[in-house]
Amino acid sequence: MWNAIWVFFHKWASPRYFYRLSGAVIPWLWALTLLLLLGGLYLGLFVAPPDYQQGQSYRIIFVHVPSAWMSLFIYTFMAVLSGIYLIWNIKLADVMVRSSAMLGASFTFLALATGSLWGKPMWGAWWVWDARLTSELILLFLYLGYLALVNAIEDTRTAARAGGVLILVGVVNIPIIHYSVEWWNTLHQGATVTKLDKPSIHVSMLIPLLLMAGAFQLYYFSLVLMRARVELLEREWRSEWVREMMGRGSDG
Amino acid sequence: MIKAFIALVRRDLLLAFRHRAEWFNPLLFFGMIVTLFPLGVSPEASVLRVMAPGVIWIAVLLAGLFSLDSMFRSDFDDGALEQMVLSPYPLPLLVLAKVLAHWLVSGLPMLLMAPLLALLMTMPQDGIAMLEWTLLVGTPLLSLTGSIGVALTVGLRRGGVLLTLIVLPLYIPVLIFSTNAVSAAVAGLPMGGQLDFLLALLVLALTLAPFATAQALRISLS
Repeated sequence: MWNAIWVFFHKWASPRYFYRLSGAVIPWLWALTLLLLLGGLYLGLFVAPPDYQQGQSYRIIFVHVPSAWMSLFIYTFMAVLSGIYLIWNIKLADVMVRSSAMLGASFTFLALATGSLWGKPMWGAWWVWDARLTSELILLFLYLGYLALVNAIEDTRTAARAGGVLILVGVVNIPIIHYSVEWWNTLHQGATVTKLDKPSIHVSMLIPLLLMAGAFQLYYFSLVLMRARVELLEREWRSEWVREMMGRGSDG
Repeated sequence: MIKAFIALVRRDLLLAFRHRAEWFNPLLFFGMIVTLFPLGVSPEASVLRVMAPGVIWIAVLLAGLFSLDSMFRSDFDDGALEQMVLSPYPLPLLVLAKVLAHWLVSGLPMLLMAPLLALLMTMPQDGIAMLEWTLLVGTPLLSLTGSIGVALTVGLRRGGVLLTLIVLPLYIPVLIFSTNAVSAAVAGLPMGGQLDFLLALLVLALTLAPFATAQALRISLS
């Protein structure tokens, strides 16, 4: 039983199978992304009623909240993959981490930028040293620090392992940083969706928000798979399977 | 095992003692940064008093980073680090010895110099006492956390700026809790909680950081 799973895992994680499988999946992912995005945008911008306090400008949460969620999700995902890479030495895991980092940084930046745009009419300032904003900014620094480190190391394997350690150190530190900053200062509105008893957000706003979150998630997966394919080709261009594939491609 | 630990600490202290610039220059740097603030912002006592904990702690962070780079550098250059990795002793233990020696050379002198700078910043007596407590708990924490960053960048030709980028975000909790404790002490508020947090972080770093640093060193040497 275990053996079968192990074999399946290895087969799937081998560059060659991954390349083929991801090639087949990507168009479907894009189609789903587009569907959810259009649905979410339509419901969010045209159907959902304006907020009784914040008017129309609250609608930026349909971009802001999903990107903030993604910024956290991607870092966690990278940490899990780094662990897999460091323990089992599966190359594909590092390819995914490497391809994710820039996307994670972009989502973090997007969350900060939209938060700032929303903050101007609401709090009367582009930037407020509020706890969640600050920890998001620190998260951006963590992403950029990772990118700086792996780009500075020339050897791919060393870069992968050093980056993996840094990501894991970061993931231990993120809760500490988050709670210390939270405790230092807080102004941000409390969580409205993940409250356990009953979300304090109306269904007409919750549905587009969840649709957008789904769209962002799928968008990330489609992009990261595309990036991973390019990264794989770049790393493996000397290997047999790439030559075989390319050779066949140029013949046919 | 204890013998190896003590031998390594003694060796590092001896080396630092012979190269006086190694521990003196960061200290000078520490003093200069603090001096810049009254010149740049305001010499007004009321302003200085508010800024003092933050200014001194930020100066500690920066001066600490300045000396951090040398923690493994010379051992890496002359090959001693490889011998340590190959030695029969557990690498995390040796790392701990290096970190202790680094703290004695960089953290402790700053701790001794801080009251003087605090007086220059017109900090009251209670604040200075609290500042010393936070430095006592906080600077080993900086050395431990920083050692991971140094170990990751030691093989790189221009690791200095990179080290700063990697390590500074990890220093933020220390900065927050320490300055908050000192500000609370200046204002006469209870500040046991912040110090407890710092101690908890120190225990956490003491148990985890040497292993991460050892792993990072192995990667850098491979």
